Amino acid sequence: MTTIPLGHLLILGAVLFTIGLVGVMTRRNVLILLMSVELMLNAVNLTLVAFSRYHGWTEGHVLAFFIIAVAAAEAAVGLAMVLAVFRLKGSVWIDDLKLLKR
Amino acid sequence: MSAELLIFYILATGAAGSAALMLLPTTGKNPIHSALLLIVSLFCLAGLYALLSAHLLTALQIIVYAGAIMVLFTFVIMLLNLTPADIHPPKLTLTKLVAGIVALFVFGKLLTALTVASAGARSVDLSDPIYAQYGTIKTVGRMLYTSFMIPFELASVLLLVAAVGAVALAKKSLKYVDAPVPPPAKLTRLAHPPHADGPDVGHGQDAGHH
Repeated sequence: MTTIPLGHLLILGAVLFTIGLVGVMTRRNVLILLMSVELMLNAVNLTLVAFSRYHGWTEGHVLAFFIIAVAAAEAAVGLAMVLAVFRLKGSVWIDDLKLLKR
Repeated sequence: MSAELLIFYILATGAAGSAALMLLPTTGKNPIHSALLLIVSLFCLAGLYALLSAHLLTALQIIVYAGAIMVLFTFVIMLLNLTPADIHPPKLTLTKLVAGIVALFVFGKLLTALTVASAGARSVDLSDPIYAQYGTIKTVGRMLYTSFMIPFELASVLLLVAAVGAVALAKKSLKYVDAPVPPPAKLTRLAHPPHADGPDVGHGQDAGHH
């Protein structure tokens, strides 16, 4: 029996997710963009853990584990792409990455 | 207020506060500050997992996120070595206004959905003997190697592919990375009939390149 209401945990997850969403949509630095994506994934993880705690299911932890694995893969490939783009363009600003627009 | 709830509020404030600071134009201007604030946020989330008896995930959160992913982020930020000229303050544009509206809409939808989902929820009692092993490494590990065997193996393949892909992408010897703009001298010479002194100029340029 936990004294933390489920609603509190879910609202915290929603707040973190929205902060990450705002970061993805407003920031123009690729690095901060990737960090915002990590934050969104973490918000989802928190929601999964909260639900599995309330229902006594461990499946939520397994799903969160897979999300962590995907996040690690995403960060590795994303940062490698940032490095390659920086070498090509000399910039980490997504405003400068408009090769497909021309 | 119970101690558990108090710890929850402290950790929740830490997680949401540092996440918000990460994105504010004043504190989040320098990517390294953003990365450090995100690490604080991730540590607070690890504390919340511990509070929710997710033992394995607490350890994984610290080892994988704070220990691997964020170290990678800080390494890349330091590797790029951005000068202050590269860090210009973000401006309020129409895009950002629209983004704010979209974010508010999504937040509202999330809140209504989560209110419905959490209505009347009562947590299971973890002091019950059947939950004695809840969230431990043993339980989650056994689940990973039995019912989630195939996804677990696929995750390892995914990580392998990501590692190989990251190395291939970040490698320096890619041709288009070394020479982003191909020298157009030869193409223009083919397109236009050569002048009397054309070949000489071309040879001179070639010699200059090599």
